[in-house]
Amino acid sequence: MNPLSLARWQFAITTIFHFFFVPLTLGLSIFVAILETKYVRTGDEMYKKMAKFWGKIFLINFAIGVVSGIVQEFQFGLNWSEYSRFMGDIFGAPLAIEALLAFYMESTFIGLWIFGWDKLSKKMHLATIWLVAIGSNISALWILIANSFMQHPEGYAIDPETGRALMSNFGALVFNPNVLLQFPHVLTAGISLAGFVVMAFSAWHLLRKHDVTFFRSSFRMAAIYALIGSVLVATIGHFQGQFLVKHQPLKMAAAEALWKTEQPAPFSIFAIIDEENRTNRVNIEIPSILSFLSYNNFTGKVEGINDLVVQAESKYGPGDYIPPVALNYWSFRTMVGAGALMIVIALLGVLWSKDQKLDDKTWFLKATMFSAILPYLAATTGWILAETGRWPWIVFGLQKVEAAVSPNVPAWNVAFSLVLMAVIYTVFTVVAYKLAVKYGTGDVAIKTEEY
Amino acid sequence: MDLNTLWFILVTVLFVGFFFLEGFDYGVGILLPFLGKNDNERRAVINTIGPHWDGNEVWMITAGGAMFASFPQVYATLFSGFYLALVLMLVALIMRGVAFEYRSLRDDPVWRNRWDWAIFIGSLLPALLWGVAVGNLMRGFAIDANMNYWGGLIPLLNPYSILGGLVFVTLFTTHGANFLALKLEGDLAQRAKKFGFQAWIAATVLTVLFVIWTFFETDILTKSGVNGLVPALLAAVALLAAGWYAKKDNDLLAFVMGSLTVVFATIMVFMGLFPRILISSMDAAYSLNIHNAAASPYTLKAMTIVAVIFVPIVLIYQIWTYKVFSKRIKADPKTLIY
Repeated sequence: MNPLSLARWQFAITTIFHFFFVPLTLGLSIFVAILETKYVRTGDEMYKKMAKFWGKIFLINFAIGVVSGIVQEFQFGLNWSEYSRFMGDIFGAPLAIEALLAFYMESTFIGLWIFGWDKLSKKMHLATIWLVAIGSNISALWILIANSFMQHPEGYAIDPETGRALMSNFGALVFNPNVLLQFPHVLTAGISLAGFVVMAFSAWHLLRKHDVTFFRSSFRMAAIYALIGSVLVATIGHFQGQFLVKHQPLKMAAAEALWKTEQPAPFSIFAIIDEENRTNRVNIEIPSILSFLSYNNFTGKVEGINDLVVQAESKYGPGDYIPPVALNYWSFRTMVGAGALMIVIALLGVLWSKDQKLDDKTWFLKATMFSAILPYLAATTGWILAETGRWPWIVFGLQKVEAAVSPNVPAWNVAFSLVLMAVIYTVFTVVAYKLAVKYGTGDVAIKTEEY
Repeated sequence: MDLNTLWFILVTVLFVGFFFLEGFDYGVGILLPFLGKNDNERRAVINTIGPHWDGNEVWMITAGGAMFASFPQVYATLFSGFYLALVLMLVALIMRGVAFEYRSLRDDPVWRNRWDWAIFIGSLLPALLWGVAVGNLMRGFAIDANMNYWGGLIPLLNPYSILGGLVFVTLFTTHGANFLALKLEGDLAQRAKKFGFQAWIAATVLTVLFVIWTFFETDILTKSGVNGLVPALLAAVALLAAGWYAKKDNDLLAFVMGSLTVVFATIMVFMGLFPRILISSMDAAYSLNIHNAAASPYTLKAMTIVAVIFVPIVLIYQIWTYKVFSKRIKADPKTLIY
């Protein structure tokens, strides 16, 4: 393999790993903060126990989110030095601001939260977890501002001397229309994911009749949380789809495996895709639905890959402009399918946890346990679509992936670091999972005393 | 003063903060397996930095991020050039960060011992590698006309830079021991001081050698205009004073002087570099400096506004954290937080 494909693999692996942990940090930090708020408001010790119990899961997850984030911060210099040179004037700013506004905040106040139960007043301690939650989510905002520039560049000019991108409008960079959709999407994805994780562990305990009051209450709150998150993430996702049709039509066409322009355009629910011959060997479609999803009417014209490639070639010159169609198609369907299931499960969870009905529905509790995998699938495939669907661009319309890689790093160096990172991430993910299971299935009385 | 100079100073400040704070963190990590004889003692050692290490580490990330924002060409050249060294450091930092959080999650001596060694390696390796990197920064390395370094790892492992690495390790170990002497109680604090004094002797000898060699190997101390001579002398005085106060059992001043050593040494490096940031050993014209490596004036201005507002806020809440946890820590299971 050449350094370029190795660097792409490395980015894919490290980023997917990183984002395996991030959404739980985003969602669970707020959830724990809500629990502790309830404790401070009502004085009910059960909420304190809940904050500590779910807080433990939060911390196990948080640690890996933090350390895998360090790799992200330096990876652009390691493997993508030409990208860093081309984009540094724009991309470095949100990264530095993320560190200054968010990383300091979450990292400092998490220490206070862990070690401060007996050193701070109740209200002060409560403030620390809120600051962790706010810090984590601000961090997501700034990295998504950076990513949004790559998806949909705004607020820049090209330096006529060097050919590099220069920041021309900070406000336009920050209020990029892409980030106004992407940030709420990621935030609500984190909320639904955290809700599902808490539901899963609570279901495990309810099936065994452990601390029933504690876990019934946890389950109920988590179900409501998950439902809010799931409904919002899907709703925002719908608008993102419409945004894509306008601004990154090739990504959307690839996600739909729509080769030819159609009016009205059908929505494919199952396709066997032949990328080489640019066709689908099997395609089961529902008429007009893609038009509706794209424009809110049943008659709109949706452009297909073949036409869009011709347009791209006339605009940017000859080249390969087709994203990996099958990958995008199935990523999109996995994300949407998982999202739809999540809404159903969360809704049933909310309805059935209202009174004691839940305890007898063992099949549902079991299903809930396993459904925690769904938001992880959705989050991962969502990012695969967002990043690979941008092919061949690293910065949409401005720089191609092949031009962005570090020219001076030999393939074996990238391969070495790729293997090293993959191994250490895998080991730590297994360890984190085992610890989360140990604490998530542990006895409440013991686990909350162990601080 | 132009914005480029201002940002050079700001990046210097971030590295000063990083080496000062992570310096004792790394030192504590290096001393951990040798100082703590049982689990309670080791937990006590870790808890001296427990609430702080994560916030301290952000100084490194912010220094990297700020360099990306203000001098993107430096970020691109340095990290693609020092590729393998940086990868090793990242892996070490991953191990270290996870180890702090996971070691106490299982009540199993084998498990805990393994994580303690992860903390040791995760602290030693970054300290060493940063020292080697700084040595190479002072000495210069083969940057070509396109700002790329093609040499790989081996040329970076030259004797001068390795000596720089050893200086960092011993200096940070001293710094960590001074910190532990302030934060621990009783016998454990006494042992920390003993280790600290031994590390101080090693650090002093190596530093003297390194400074002499720096005179011959680099222009850091001798170039006309701004150079590192004055901060180098101040660092030397502070280092001697640190040993003096340690011997006198004045823990606070020993720590203060050790800290000043790290601070002045960092300032020495950056003043010696100024206005260059990365020195090319191929041709002085290929060096990256505060102008040819910088972001646009617009970006620098935007970032200046952000930094002026937020750096003081960060300082206030981080200092407050140290106040909250200012009490000495006893290796007593009744009071230890796990």
